Amino acid sequence: MTPQSQRKPSAVLRNAYDAAAVRRDFPILATMVRGKPLVFLDSGASAQKPRQVIDTVREVYEKGYANIHRGVYYLSQYATERFEAVRGTVARFINAGSAEEIVFTRNATEAVNLVAQSYGRTFFKPGDEVLISEMEHHANIVPWQMLETQIGIKVKVAPIDDAGELILDAYAKLLGPRTKLVAITHCSNVLGTVTPAAEIVRLAHAKDIPVLLDGSQAVVHETVDVRALDADFYVLTGHKLYGPTGTGVLYGKKALLAKMPPYQGGGDMIAHVSFSGTTFREPPYRFEAGTPAIAEVIGLGAAIDYVESIGRERIAGWEHELRDYATERLSEIPGLTIYGKAKNKAAIISFALDCAHPHDIGTILDDEGVAIRAGHHCAEPLMDRLGVPATARASFAMYNTMEDADALVAALKQVREMFA
Amino acid sequence: MSDLRDLYQEVILDHGKRPRNFRHPADANREAKGDNPLCGDKVTIYLKLSDKGLIEDLAFEGRGCAISTASASMMTEILKGKTEAEAEALFGAFHQMCTSDVAPEIAEPLQDDFDRLQVMSGVRHYPMRVKCATLAWHTMKAALEGADQPVKTE
Repeated sequence: MTPQSQRKPSAVLRNAYDAAAVRRDFPILATMVRGKPLVFLDSGASAQKPRQVIDTVREVYEKGYANIHRGVYYLSQYATERFEAVRGTVARFINAGSAEEIVFTRNATEAVNLVAQSYGRTFFKPGDEVLISEMEHHANIVPWQMLETQIGIKVKVAPIDDAGELILDAYAKLLGPRTKLVAITHCSNVLGTVTPAAEIVRLAHAKDIPVLLDGSQAVVHETVDVRALDADFYVLTGHKLYGPTGTGVLYGKKALLAKMPPYQGGGDMIAHVSFSGTTFREPPYRFEAGTPAIAEVIGLGAAIDYVESIGRERIAGWEHELRDYATERLSEIPGLTIYGKAKNKAAIISFALDCAHPHDIGTILDDEGVAIRAGHHCAEPLMDRLGVPATARASFAMYNTMEDADALVAALKQVREMFA
Repeated sequence: MSDLRDLYQEVILDHGKRPRNFRHPADANREAKGDNPLCGDKVTIYLKLSDKGLIEDLAFEGRGCAISTASASMMTEILKGKTEAEAEALFGAFHQMCTSDVAPEIAEPLQDDFDRLQVMSGVRHYPMRVKCATLAWHTMKAALEGADQPVKTE
């Protein structure tokens, strides 16, 4: 009996999640790469887009496009309504208290920078601390380091264990009198670790410390409820969530956003402008200077509608099947090490081979049509922690299948043939 | 597969697995560090340059992919015994070979050495990998020039 047939989910489960139907919604998956069918396993970097998103963006430009919040004419009003409706969609998707708590940004990186530059520069003093973790993406490291030079704060780092889990005791000990914010990932983009976010927040709140969670990966793989988590800030990016690029979200509790000054100045964020002084609009608008990514945000709404139409629980269930199957099949390969063995783990698998560098793996897999990420994944401090210069990473999405995992394993066996 | 076999020729796999001159010579009088921040490759080049500008010894240490390791290894073999000017001429020719379909012109005495480097020419079909092949060469040039700033490919 082959490992495939041992591990492939039952027909009942396969019927419950119709991956073939999902795949038909993603036109790019029919692409051939170097004469081979595309096996896309780099959704952790950016996900592919379903037809529903592509069609929505096209339809906006063909039938419903004008600048928002400005014109008195029909098209502007129509575009404004559709844009603003997505605020409600996002709020519902992450269970925010209201649409006013949803700020649109370019991406998660900009959302973190917004909090650092608006909240941080207003409320942090020299010697204050921001507590992050060892497994942060650069987007949740560098904005805080910039505050080290700008106002003299200190970035503290909570450690992880060898399985890739946050060490909660050590984290709790680092919550001190100078800690002014905790900024930690909800799901590691390298290790796949889903962090105990509710516990992270509870421990911080016990000391009156607000918490920002980076949900860039988590929101794709889990059902996120910001109010159940009691997160103060939650950031995510649209392009990993099957939406267009140029769309990101900052969720902030109303009371916090209300006391934050604008991040950038310009049009659309003002109440009145005169040369003797300018007043700003209420949140979230005061944080959205200039014309936003209108069609793209409307496309993000379509992406969320699409994910919800398939069902987040069902997607998560399917991805967990993929994760377990891929992990088991990868373990067949001699000399392969998987980094990240958290108990609660998304379908993101980082690995290395003893015989080949991740870049060589990436090139040879590409020749087989298998797209993975090779490198430091914008998490160099984590690479140092793992003691490797880089890893290869296969990240699975709602449209991947067991056959994709099989193609990955077959291509890795070719790498071994060449290098071992 | 032909492009891939072209990239990973046996000679390259061999140098990648068993790099030559992978050491730190005690009498080196020049060194430079190179770094490819996108992939985490790091290399240190050690040179022993005579008063007359002759490369008497050339070695390297570091970590990287098969392409970058093989490139560094072959470079150390080929440049040992060359003058500074010859090393720079070979650098120019190698760089052009990796990035352009136009064959570089090379002086007759260096033709055999350049021919040996031709096994690396497959990288030009893989633009993302050109930096892997050229990192050691850029770093060697920095060592020759006595640069004290690390070489970055970005």
